[in-house]
Amino acid sequence: MAEQLNTYLTLSGALFAIGTFGFLARRNAISMLMSIELMLNAVNLAIVAFGAFVPQLQDRGAVIALIVIAVAAAEATVGLAIVIAIFRNRRTPLVDEYDAMRR
Amino acid sequence: MRAWLYLIAAAIAIGVVATPGLAVFLLLGGTPDDGLVASFGTLLLVSGLAVVTMRDIIRCGLAMIVCFIALAGIYVQLGAPLVAAAQVIVYIGAISVLVLFAIMLTQTKSGSARLVFQTQARWAALAAIVLALLIGVAVYGTTWPDLGPRTAAATEAIASTLFSDYVLPFEVVSVLLLAAVIGGVFLAKREDVTGEEPTL
Repeated sequence: MAEQLNTYLTLSGALFAIGTFGFLARRNAISMLMSIELMLNAVNLAIVAFGAFVPQLQDRGAVIALIVIAVAAAEATVGLAIVIAIFRNRRTPLVDEYDAMRR
Repeated sequence: MRAWLYLIAAAIAIGVVATPGLAVFLLLGGTPDDGLVASFGTLLLVSGLAVVTMRDIIRCGLAMIVCFIALAGIYVQLGAPLVAAAQVIVYIGAISVLVLFAIMLTQTKSGSARLVFQTQARWAALAAIVLALLIGVAVYGTTWPDLGPRTAAATEAIASTLFSDYVLPFEVVSVLLLAAVIGGVFLAKREDVTGEEPTL
């Protein structure tokens, strides 16, 4: 079980699906950002698993995972800054009350 | 009294996490590695579900930290301790704290905030289940070519790859982080009274 690639890919897919559900279903903008973090982590798990099991990707998997972690940090910074900037104007973190472009 | 309740809840949580590992290790005759992967995987999925379903958003953030810890454990299992260390430092140390600060800055006491899910939550659950099934079919229906045994990557090899073949992505990521810092400060800074309000 620990020696099979499919175990880790299944875990990764399940975590990605959980993140998808959270992104589609939650009302709070920060909850949606947390769901995006879950999805990024699921993809990272798949990358590290491939790096551990495919000999050609031996050390490249870890390098790509590190770069993805850095990009995720940048994404979290800008995303949370945008949420806080919107919150300052609209006084709510709920995305279904951001209807300025619908009226 | 409440302290006892918390202790009981913690004991139940540890039991839920440890049971699959012990079951795989003792009953199914797996190696200790199998047991650890089963335990960390259970912790990962349970805490991930807690992140997307819990009502109190602070608890969602704390469950996200648990989820990242479980992922770091799986990375160690996979023989990538450097990635596990980066996971702990960047995700648990930086991103989780950032998310918790943002949660505390955007707490409102309005009544409608008690509704956690959108109205289309049912369809979102359906879409997520279909996505999980598709990924499962794709994973188990594919025979991956040239798979080797599980091997750990040496940190020296990772470092030399990062600074020889991947030096351009490394530099691009550093520029991206600089841009993200400047953009975050610009977006989050308070406008002065005379300046124009950004219309969002």
